[in-house]
Amino acid sequence: MDQQSRVKRFEEAVVAHLDAAYDFARWLTRDERTAEDVVQEACLRAFRFLESLRGDNARAWLLAIVRNTYYTSLKRNQVESLSVPFDEETIAAHEASELDGWQGAAEQLLHQEDARRLVNDALGRLPDEFREVIVLRELEDLSYKEIARIAGVPLGTVMSRLARARKLLLQHLKRAQKES
Amino acid sequence: MDCLSVRREIHAYLDQELDLASVLQIDRHLASCEGCQGVLAQLTALQSGLREHAVRHAAPASLVQRIRAQVDASATPRARNAAPASAPRMPWFRHWFQLGAAVAASALVTWTGTALYYASAGGDAVAEQVFASHARSVLSERLYDVASSDQHTVKPWLSSRLDFSPPVADLAGAGFPLTGGRLDYVNGRRVAVLVYKHRQHWIDLFVWPEAKGGALRATEQATNGFNVLRWSDSGMAFWAVSDVNAAELKQFAEAYAAAK
Repeated sequence: MDQQSRVKRFEEAVVAHLDAAYDFARWLTRDERTAEDVVQEACLRAFRFLESLRGDNARAWLLAIVRNTYYTSLKRNQVESLSVPFDEETIAAHEASELDGWQGAAEQLLHQEDARRLVNDALGRLPDEFREVIVLRELEDLSYKEIARIAGVPLGTVMSRLARARKLLLQHLKRAQKES
Repeated sequence: MDCLSVRREIHAYLDQELDLASVLQIDRHLASCEGCQGVLAQLTALQSGLREHAVRHAAPASLVQRIRAQVDASATPRARNAAPASAPRMPWFRHWFQLGAAVAASALVTWTGTALYYASAGGDAVAEQVFASHARSVLSERLYDVASSDQHTVKPWLSSRLDFSPPVADLAGAGFPLTGGRLDYVNGRRVAVLVYKHRQHWIDLFVWPEAKGGALRATEQATNGFNVLRWSDSGMAFWAVSDVNAAELKQFAEAYAAAK
């Protein structure tokens, strides 16, 4: 590719998905300034690695770079708070029965005036690895397979994290509604 | 199908990730199980709530402009370290992992890429060159030719390769540690570039002798969140380029002027 077609390709593959990249970065970092830094660096990397995109989902490809950039920067700054220790298998096994306790929380949500605040607050409080799968699934509407690629985990882990994320969200909403 | 197996698959059911046979099995179970219906209703409501109420943050226009400017700068033929013309043929997804490794492996990763899009009149040619050099060095991760926080290492290294001796000072005390220096070619001559860091940001300070000497006389220019501060002092021209904010760049210039 010559430079002109690389720039054109960059517009189609990267600039076209900047809102998605920035939104994902905002939810990952929970900070405006950091999100901008992450997206800017990710876009430069995307430009440099443009040849690695082969006609597949450019948005998912870009989001993977955003995620990589963010976690690399975290490692660089030695802020290691990525892993919430838990056994995915154990949680998956308990998931089913525990959901019973949260009847009503989400349904009320739809009628609540401050639903917007509640939802965003609950989402912001999720641990990193759960927040990223739920954002990719519900806000970016990506498939399990795409999420697995972006997060670099097996499909089964995506499923158990999604289940866990939803349970935590429902728990949080329930608690918040009880308080208000 | 019992409740336990249904609830294990209910997320995939909700997300339409199951094959038809499994969907039908779950449908059959749901038809006769109020408990599982209730769980599904919860999850469905949560999904709608998230999709309806979660904030979607749009990329700020200034960010988009910065990214475009940076890519344009790197795509000019002058670029020192253009992207490879051809990449190894591999399935695209395998590149993702390679990419992760490459990102992790680069030793001098810049946290914030910096660029400036220059559009004002006067001194533009120089400004563009200064900016392009800064953008290229950040983009190519070739930030300095000599990496050192010691001014007594950086200064002789530069002086031995230039026809002048740039004033070099480590400003770590003021929050701007010196990280190294490099040579560049601006306005038809070899110039010194001192590279400083401020938090996660790079500041390039270009220095070269100037015919018309003078006292400290600073000019600020800013576009799209990037700043250039230039001044003249004792026969030298100084151009500081960075994406730190204007106030911080001014602090930097003051610290430099006070220290040299």
